[in-house]
Amino acid sequence: MNVVGYLVNAISLGALYALIAVSVGLVFGVLRQINLAQGEVITFGAYSLWLMRSLPTWLAIVLCFAVCIAGSLLLQVAVFRPLRGASALTTLVATFGVSYGLEALWLIIFGPSGNTVSMLTNLNNTVVGGAVALRWVTLVEIGVAAVLLGGLLLLLFRTSLGMRMRAVAEDLRAARLVGVRIGQVVTWAFVLSGASAAVVAVLATVQTPLVTPTFGLNLIIFALVGVVLGGLDHLGRATAGGFIIGFVNSLLGSILPEQELVFVTSLTFLFVVVVLVVRPAGLLAPRSADVERV
Amino acid sequence: MSESADHGHLLACREVTVAFAGLRALNAVSLTLDRAEIIGLIGPNGAGKTTLVNAMSGFASITHGSVWLDGVEISRLSPERRAHRGLARTFQHGRLFGDLSARENVELGAIAVGCSAREARRRTHALLEEVGLLELAASPASELSHGDQQRVSVARAVVAEPAVLLLDEPAAGLPAEGLGELGSLVEHARSVRGAGVVVIDHNVEFVLGLSDRVVVLDHGEVLTEGTPAHVRGHAGVAAAYFGTVGTDEAATRTVPVP
Repeated sequence: MNVVGYLVNAISLGALYALIAVSVGLVFGVLRQINLAQGEVITFGAYSLWLMRSLPTWLAIVLCFAVCIAGSLLLQVAVFRPLRGASALTTLVATFGVSYGLEALWLIIFGPSGNTVSMLTNLNNTVVGGAVALRWVTLVEIGVAAVLLGGLLLLLFRTSLGMRMRAVAEDLRAARLVGVRIGQVVTWAFVLSGASAAVVAVLATVQTPLVTPTFGLNLIIFALVGVVLGGLDHLGRATAGGFIIGFVNSLLGSILPEQELVFVTSLTFLFVVVVLVVRPAGLLAPRSADVERV
Repeated sequence: MSESADHGHLLACREVTVAFAGLRALNAVSLTLDRAEIIGLIGPNGAGKTTLVNAMSGFASITHGSVWLDGVEISRLSPERRAHRGLARTFQHGRLFGDLSARENVELGAIAVGCSAREARRRTHALLEEVGLLELAASPASELSHGDQQRVSVARAVVAEPAVLLLDEPAAGLPAEGLGELGSLVEHARSVRGAGVVVIDHNVEFVLGLSDRVVVLDHGEVLTEGTPAHVRGHAGVAAAYFGTVGTDEAATRTVPVP
């Protein structure tokens, strides 16, 4: 059971990071800009679940989706739209600033010690006991991620919105020339990105019920590393990169002796550094895409 | 955006001037296009042909003058807005979406201007069948031959059933047998909605054979315009275009344009 348990847990964490990678990758795909404040949308969603703890669970989840989508659209209108035409670096720094500011806001409103979301606690029951406990939430995470990623594939490859999104992601200017309404496509990317953040907020609060001001930031940093690892300019590879980072992180946490667990993060980053030295364009990018090393 | 009832033409360029960094690429060029009319735009290298098409479609800012579509001034509209008003164009290098299939590239042309998915599929199927590309419909556009890419590019513009179709070098790189299919695509656009067509191409004979009227540009100005026969016999055109007195041989030459 141990090996299977390790693997299932690793797949589960990989699935969660894949969903975060999707939420970042969707916006990057159409705008070629990284949203570092995406973690705060997740935190916003997680706090909304705490604030709505007295409501029925289904209603709290629906409202969490509304909050995350609204938060994502607010970022689009307040940060990305005014910076239209600015360099990717400018937007990166701006969203970093927004993330930092929002983190301070959460600290002021909710305090530093954290708030516990006690929702869907049944999912923390073990499916199989033993040396490596397997919880229901682990399986739910894998199932939800599989369904959502499958749904996203259908959306991208079987709908006219998906066709427009892929066209914009490939060549925004040409898409504009053909008559694609870029603003509409970008708005949809932010809506879907917000919805992915809501899913992550729900799943992550079941797994780690204590919501602190850095709740989303901790998740997004790892996911972003995964996105770069997979290959930033391709949604599928970025998502796979997110999965790999979660998988490796979880596996290291499982196999390292307890006294060396503090090295999990360092070893994960070491893995990323080695990969990027060997494959600068990302682990999963085609070899021809590797940039020249200086 | 102003409106004028006195412009009876489908598309009208009024005294259009385009200047880049003080250099006039177009100097007070006027041109009209009527419904179901095909105009050939020819001229030597740097004459301003693509700049004029860019000015019509919104990719070049007009310094002076105006562009009108169906009596409505569109000079300040974005390329997207012009596309939604019925103006479609192709590009010198096709500019297809390489990751999308040939079918998707064409469908996108219809969907982008508000066509339903079902109608876009129907039109795309009909067009691809007409140009013999049905078998390659599922192939990524990046894997198509240059000639097939050109035809997909024209089909993507035609599928929108535009009022005005602007074709920039549609025959570039096409073998002689591909020109017929290209011509039928243009005829399709003209017959379905009575589209007016402006075509630029290196292949002068192809342009003269396709066009009802030909406008010759030189140094950013209209040198002359008239029927293909008029242009063929115009000594000034031959001198400007070919650098020699016009002959049949000269008129069939393919003139390289950057």
